[in-house]
Amino acid sequence: MEIERVSILDEHGNYDEKLGAGLIPDADLVKLYEAMSSCRYLDEVAFKLQRSGRMGTYPQNMGQEATSLAAAYVLNQDDWLVTCYRENCGLFWRGVPMEAILLHWMGDERGNAMPRPHFATPIAVPIGTQMLHATGLAWASKYRGEKQIACTFFGDGATSEGDFHEAANFAANLDIPVVFCCQNNFWAISVPGKIQCSAPTVAQRGIAYGMPCLQVDGNDIFACVYAVKEAAERARKESRPTFIEMVTYRLGDHTTADDARRYRDQAEVDVWKLRDPLLRTRKFMESKKLWNSSKEDAMRQRIEVEVNAAVARSEQIVTPEVSDVFNYTFAELPSDLAQQRDSMQTHSLASEATVRSEGH
Amino acid sequence: MANLNLVQAINLALIQEMEKDDRVLLLGEDVGINGGVFRVTEGLHARFGARRVVDTPLAESGIIGTSIGLAMAGLRPIPEIQFDGFLGPAYDQICSHAARMRTRTRGAFTVPLTIRVPVGGGIHAPELHSDSPEAIYSHQPGLKVVMPSSPYDAKGLLISSIRDPDPVIFFEPKRVYRAFREEVPEDEYTIPIGKARVVCEGTELTIVSWGASVLQCMESIEKSSRSIELIDLRTIFPMDLEAIEASVRKTGRCVVVHEAPRTGGMGAEVAAQIMERCFLYLEAPVQRVTGFDTIMPYYKLELSYMPDANRISGAIEDVFSF
Repeated sequence: MEIERVSILDEHGNYDEKLGAGLIPDADLVKLYEAMSSCRYLDEVAFKLQRSGRMGTYPQNMGQEATSLAAAYVLNQDDWLVTCYRENCGLFWRGVPMEAILLHWMGDERGNAMPRPHFATPIAVPIGTQMLHATGLAWASKYRGEKQIACTFFGDGATSEGDFHEAANFAANLDIPVVFCCQNNFWAISVPGKIQCSAPTVAQRGIAYGMPCLQVDGNDIFACVYAVKEAAERARKESRPTFIEMVTYRLGDHTTADDARRYRDQAEVDVWKLRDPLLRTRKFMESKKLWNSSKEDAMRQRIEVEVNAAVARSEQIVTPEVSDVFNYTFAELPSDLAQQRDSMQTHSLASEATVRSEGH
Repeated sequence: MANLNLVQAINLALIQEMEKDDRVLLLGEDVGINGGVFRVTEGLHARFGARRVVDTPLAESGIIGTSIGLAMAGLRPIPEIQFDGFLGPAYDQICSHAARMRTRTRGAFTVPLTIRVPVGGGIHAPELHSDSPEAIYSHQPGLKVVMPSSPYDAKGLLISSIRDPDPVIFFEPKRVYRAFREEVPEDEYTIPIGKARVVCEGTELTIVSWGASVLQCMESIEKSSRSIELIDLRTIFPMDLEAIEASVRKTGRCVVVHEAPRTGGMGAEVAAQIMERCFLYLEAPVQRVTGFDTIMPYYKLELSYMPDANRISGAIEDVFSF
């Protein structure tokens, strides 16, 4: 059982000129690197926000920026991007504002109210469930005779979920134009990949569904772009799904509520730090004279301003009205729910008044 | 007007909505060439083709999960889950996503889908083919739960469900599928979701029921010398509390009848609402006639499990003798 493994720019800086020919123009590469750097900086800031009590639990994306970014770069602006929660980089490239993601993790549903022109679905918390939505979204496009496709992201742990298998089976058997991207980051919180999949590659799970599958170096932006491009073309031209395993690594904890030191060795993390997609891309750009330390410094300053402004904007957004708890349950609120809403508002106002009067 | 049974009424509603609106499509296990195991979708595959009437792989979560995607993209999917007991594998998609998407995204995404599910016992079916899980889905915020008991109501409620902007679980009582026929208009009409029907008027006692149990209630009322008002809820959530309140204030007595298990069943909700709204009007405590807090028995004993006219009559007498 042969699984194609695509690597174009490896961790040692070797570049496959043949596969990589014309894949990413230099100017785009710089932009992609800047996008990854900006996403990485947001991660650092978000971590501090959580630790200082200004934000709830947050899952860092650190180390996995190249995967979803590659997809967002390749896909058309109106292709569906159906993610879980470690695809910030792709979402930002798509145009989803940073404060939308921050707002979500600050406990505010309005962070998910991404306007439809982004064609990005909200962060999906229950593992693996969103692959079926991607399949349905792409199916709708096919149903209407449109050329829009869907690309969905999920982790290695998600391939243990039944919904993954149902989505793959539906997409393959009903000829639905969807691209399945598994971010294999080796850890589902504390559970290692070998407990999720005994096969030598996660990619080969696609074989059972009769769909083309391949494995790529997920920290290699070129390889990821190459794979998604091929898969997107197949989806658009043949209305067929593809399964891509993107081998990457979660450099951070699962979330800010996790401590990965409890279950994995620092030595393993150190090895993967050398394979960091940012590091690799930067070295490559430097070797091609596209980048230098003064550009890096200038970019860093820009990014700090940009991210800090997004944080400021998200923190300035006032808490929603209490009535919002009710107002989006249905298009039209049933009368009993309206009464519950009114009584909640009455009680909230009463208790606020009590707090105020006790305070003085 | 045509004289139709519940299967035919639903079939007609599906045809008319599909002819009218290309966004409407059917998907599920055996709904295509076979026309569904109860033949509810009979002839639709031939009429509308495989694009709009889709035999899917055998996977309930997949059926609902892909329907959610179809609905988020603006279509109006009508997935069928073949039997009540097979809703389990789709529970996560229904409750974690379909019910929550509008709230989660503050209205940026909605899931206008109608999940058709044959429901309840009484047809000598195997295990997990006879359950009544309406309370489970009524308890989940974000879902509407509908269960007609007659062909006329089924057509009007199904059309309303398909056009509704939110997810609806449309339970079809199997026992009523071919139990009787009635006049059903050829033209399209809607029956509003959330509105009960007064099946017969009375002044001394109110029976609140829904689904196939409505037929047993009618049987019991025919045998009774009392003046009994029968309310068929038709929609389990949102419940027509005004109709219940108006009736119980008039009669002062109430019996709730449903096939589902008793504890945490929707009868408990009806009783609690009556306590809150009609306490000073009550002549006697509200009585429940329900299935038991047991697993639905295999078919040899299923008739003992389901409320029948005798049990309902017993409860009526208990209320009057209080």
